[in-house]
Amino acid sequence: MGKLFALVLTIITVVSTAIFVLRVWWLPADISAHGPQIDHQLMETMVSSGVLFVLSQLALALFVWKYADRRDGRKVREFPGGATPMVAAAVVLVGAEILALTLVGSKVWAGIYQTPPDPNSLQIDVQAEQFAFYFRYPGPDGRFGAIHPELMNEATENFFGLDPARDTTARDDIVVPTLAIPVGRPILLTLRAKDVNHAFYVPELRIQQDFVPGLVIPLHFTATQPGKYEIVCTQLCGLGHYNMRAYVEVMPQPQFDQWLKDKAAQQ
Amino acid sequence: MRTHSVSVLVTALVTGALVRPAMVVPAAPAGAAGTIGGKVTYTGTPPKMKPIDMAKEPNCVTQHAAAPVLTENVVTGPGNTLRWVVVYISAGDQGSAPATETVRLDQKGCQYIPHVLVVQPNQPLDIYNNDPHSHNIHPLARVNPEWNRSQPAGAPPIHTKWELPEFIPVKCNVHPWMHGWHMVLTTSHYAVTGEDGAFTLSGLPPGKYTVTAWQEQFGTQSQDVTITGGETKTANFVFKATPY
Repeated sequence: MGKLFALVLTIITVVSTAIFVLRVWWLPADISAHGPQIDHQLMETMVSSGVLFVLSQLALALFVWKYADRRDGRKVREFPGGATPMVAAAVVLVGAEILALTLVGSKVWAGIYQTPPDPNSLQIDVQAEQFAFYFRYPGPDGRFGAIHPELMNEATENFFGLDPARDTTARDDIVVPTLAIPVGRPILLTLRAKDVNHAFYVPELRIQQDFVPGLVIPLHFTATQPGKYEIVCTQLCGLGHYNMRAYVEVMPQPQFDQWLKDKAAQQ
Repeated sequence: MRTHSVSVLVTALVTGALVRPAMVVPAAPAGAAGTIGGKVTYTGTPPKMKPIDMAKEPNCVTQHAAAPVLTENVVTGPGNTLRWVVVYISAGDQGSAPATETVRLDQKGCQYIPHVLVVQPNQPLDIYNNDPHSHNIHPLARVNPEWNRSQPAGAPPIHTKWELPEFIPVKCNVHPWMHGWHMVLTTSHYAVTGEDGAFTLSGLPPGKYTVTAWQEQFGTQSQDVTITGGETKTANFVFKATPY
């Protein structure tokens, strides 16, 4: 029975390792300028934790294979000093590994999230609400209209609470449910939440950031590949969370300019 | 917003009192029902209705591939007419029988059809989902109990009713652009204007009535109209529109 268990342990180890090594389950291809750093860090984490995983599983399987079926009544030998130093050693070892990964990973994360955006970024305002995303471009005047939460009204498509009657800068703001961006240009999103926490996640862009009501959270990136990708909410935000999604369309600059012009005409 | 046409009414009554005795007017049979008809129009520039981008629900994009759906908060017709205006007797109703026929609301192509529906208290209301995906109907009632129900594709209709008079905005929790109104009126004398802005309230016994027109963005206007017999009175409503 012990040998069978050892065999099952080995099979589980080999299959789950193969799934990652052969990239059966993996992130979609990266389309962002900062993505290689994330992917590199992710690979380091996977390799270091993966090696430990494989070694510990195989060691377990080996011990089970060798000792589980022994019935010679010999006393079980203990780790020198009992269980306490063993647990302490494990905590220190695993802790050191996690700490090392965190320190290196934080550096990569901060390099992307904590750096100032490119001054030539295209700024787009993002509003998350139960259960949709809306995107706002400043329009031909290059300025965003002020936001008045009391004026937010889905029935009139006033998702951002603009006051075009009094605020002339709000009149040409372009509000759309799809995020269109030009390829190769730095983008600065300002994330706002109308009601509860949401998240902006585009796996291809290697970007995941929460929306928090009351905070305006900047998020910047540059897309390197044209295409249409899904934006999903990854914070359970209510009954319709499963259906909270939008699309990001990365397009060449001339196509983007035309798109923006078409949308401006509809406002 | 309340526009009283009292002066018009007084003038009409006085003129009638002076002129009528001299004329031979066939008297309407006592208690014959009258009608109030008219048109709802606007002056000024109404807000531009925006095309609704339903990208989030690809099936609805396909259903409206020919022409995108526009927002419906101010729908106008030729000759500055206003659609989706509810015109009803707000005072003077001499008894309306409870309505028993079922009113139907459809959710199709990520729209509420009709955009504005009128029901009387306790009148059966059936809500259908005709789309191949879920909807979540959420009437934002304040006087009646508010509710919020998910209706997956192929689910049976929701049988419901409203018990108290109220104007209830309705939204869909998964499609923020979906918006409609349930108007719960105690009177059976009501009309919802079509594209021509016209309405007719018939079967009104002699009496003094207040006719009210409600438009979701422009609010309400009222007029007093007196029916003396089997006559047709005209009551037109003009709302002032602004582009923003």
